[in-house]
Amino acid sequence: MLKFLLSFIPRAVTQGIPLMFGCVGETITEKSGNLNLGTAGIMYVGGICGVIGSFFYETKVGAQNMTAFLGIAIPLVCCLVGSLLMGLIYCFLTVTLRANQNVTGLAMTTFGIGIGNFFGGSLIKITNSEVPSIVLNQTGKFFKTQLPFAKGLGWFGTIFCSYGFLAYVAIILAIIAAVILSRTRTGLSLRAVGENPGTADAAGINVTRYKYFATCLGAMISGLGGLYFVMDYSSGIWANDAFGDRGWLAIALVIFTIWRPGHSIWASILFGGLYILHIFLPTGTELAVKELYKGIPYVVTIIVLIITSLRNKRENQPPGSLGLSYFREDR
Amino acid sequence: MNNTLSKVPLFHITRRKELPWYRAWLIRVIAVIMGLILCGIITMLLVKINPLDVYKTMLSGAFGTSRRIWVTAQNMAILLGISLALAPAFRMRFWNLGGDGQTLMGCLGATAPMILLGGKIPNIILILIMLICAVLAGAIWALIPAAFKAKWNTNETLFTLMMNYVATQIIAYFIVVWENPKGASQIGIINANTMAGWLPRIGNNQYLLNILIIIVLTVVIYIYMRYTKHGYEISVVGESEATARYVGIKVRRVIIRTMLLSGAICGLVGFLLVSGTSHTMTTTIVDGRGFTGVMVAWLAKFNPFFMILTSLLLVFLSRGASEISTIYGLNDSFGSILAGILLFFIIGCEFFLNYQIALKKTRKEVKIDA
Repeated sequence: MLKFLLSFIPRAVTQGIPLMFGCVGETITEKSGNLNLGTAGIMYVGGICGVIGSFFYETKVGAQNMTAFLGIAIPLVCCLVGSLLMGLIYCFLTVTLRANQNVTGLAMTTFGIGIGNFFGGSLIKITNSEVPSIVLNQTGKFFKTQLPFAKGLGWFGTIFCSYGFLAYVAIILAIIAAVILSRTRTGLSLRAVGENPGTADAAGINVTRYKYFATCLGAMISGLGGLYFVMDYSSGIWANDAFGDRGWLAIALVIFTIWRPGHSIWASILFGGLYILHIFLPTGTELAVKELYKGIPYVVTIIVLIITSLRNKRENQPPGSLGLSYFREDR
Repeated sequence: MNNTLSKVPLFHITRRKELPWYRAWLIRVIAVIMGLILCGIITMLLVKINPLDVYKTMLSGAFGTSRRIWVTAQNMAILLGISLALAPAFRMRFWNLGGDGQTLMGCLGATAPMILLGGKIPNIILILIMLICAVLAGAIWALIPAAFKAKWNTNETLFTLMMNYVATQIIAYFIVVWENPKGASQIGIINANTMAGWLPRIGNNQYLLNILIIIVLTVVIYIYMRYTKHGYEISVVGESEATARYVGIKVRRVIIRTMLLSGAICGLVGFLLVSGTSHTMTTTIVDGRGFTGVMVAWLAKFNPFFMILTSLLLVFLSRGASEISTIYGLNDSFGSILAGILLFFIIGCEFFLNYQIALKKTRKEVKIDA
């Protein structure tokens, strides 16, 4: 049993971390009343921007001469800038131009996944490099560096200390987001903007600024999920479409956690576990069943959606103006 | 309370009254042209050819030979079909993002009789059974989220979305079950020798029948949405559920009926994909057109005839971009980037249809409507 847990839990956690980033980012975004369905695209962009940054760095100086600081800082900054730009596009369209949020989000998904797969597939051709494929081993190693004492702690080390630093960043971000949203004045204002922008506006809160700030911050956090996936989970190897539908699962997790970033920590790891459950479930002689097992996370998400809608409590509702754009003169 | 209030903003935004249609279309056309220009510039920077050649290559990719025109028309028909399916649901403000899944289930519904009954019954009956199964499968897949939405107001956006992935895994399961030859992990062309369950060709054109069916469907949906009681009920529910309830429309019934229709048409498109186009089933056969269809329908403001234009635009971009990426050895996703850019422009231009910007000086003359 312990052996099973020792192999299952670390895998579930590494699967869950990208979801956690996405979920925390999307929660912050949705608290401002913006339903950003482009999260899937943003996570691709975050991942590929990090890859582009470290690709240039790694091919320029060679794997032996890389320093750990630059090796981590360059992809990190590139990732944040890329996701920030995506957040700005979304905000400009939905907040400034008041476009439909669902359609904008879908266009962002098309665009973002396109960017990810295009540069993932053509980066080598565009830069005329001589490497056969995008393999950033050294950068991957930097990102995967574990705490030095993790090995000496036995099962405790394997379950709690065996992850790269971004995993802990995700958990810390989730806690900080939870505290800010529920305990500070900024959080209160942000929630007011999401619940009823008209009232918030009347109270002297700058609605546009809050919406921009929260959505861009949310996009940057979501983008980190993409970076974690490429650099840590896949050890610096980019493969097109490998990231899959995790962005959409992250959005579903926001509903599952009823807009509370603190809950996203265990919920993401739970879903990470569901994602890899098919590896551990017995299939018997019929191998085709494995394909059905892979559908489990989605079926569970659907069940969760239904249960949330059945338990129609007042405190479990989405932000009041979620999905609507705000125009001061429409009152 | 805060001194920014005393500052007068540089410009002032007000809601517009209804624009005359020609000015609305002028704004849209300008947006599309600007989007295409930006696409051209980006392509130029990436592959370093002069901008005119970019458009020439794209045009030749989409319409260069008669075969290419047929493929473009076929892609358009499929995309338009899915958009037509989604339009009534959107009109009702039901965000059906499950077009992919419903079409996939349609494909499954068409494939199952094709494999299991192929050659055992007369062809015409087989095709009819396939059609019925496909339409039913699509409708059921749409009914599930619709029922929960109608009964408990379950979030339909994510529900339909998750149904896509469940459908994908079910298809993946059946592909393993029916794989041919064993171990190939794909089905291959079904009934390649007997052509049982294949839609007949009209003359020499494989895709003509598909296209004709979709044209008829376009007209039918137009009439349904515009001139029938059902269509009227859909738009009332879309405008305001409270109003609909007040005038005695059974909102639940409208939601379920419209989604059944939506799913049934998706199923029909799935049938056309399997029986009339590729004669096989893969997990990627729909190729994300459930999402693109959302945008096609929305950009055309749910008018089936405008959807012909918007689907042409998107198919042209994707075929043109794929020509450029083939010639210059780039990745196929280039088309998604261009489509994304163009969509941003079209989405953004809606602002100028609904609002007008007045500079500070003219502020006093602007009438503010309550």
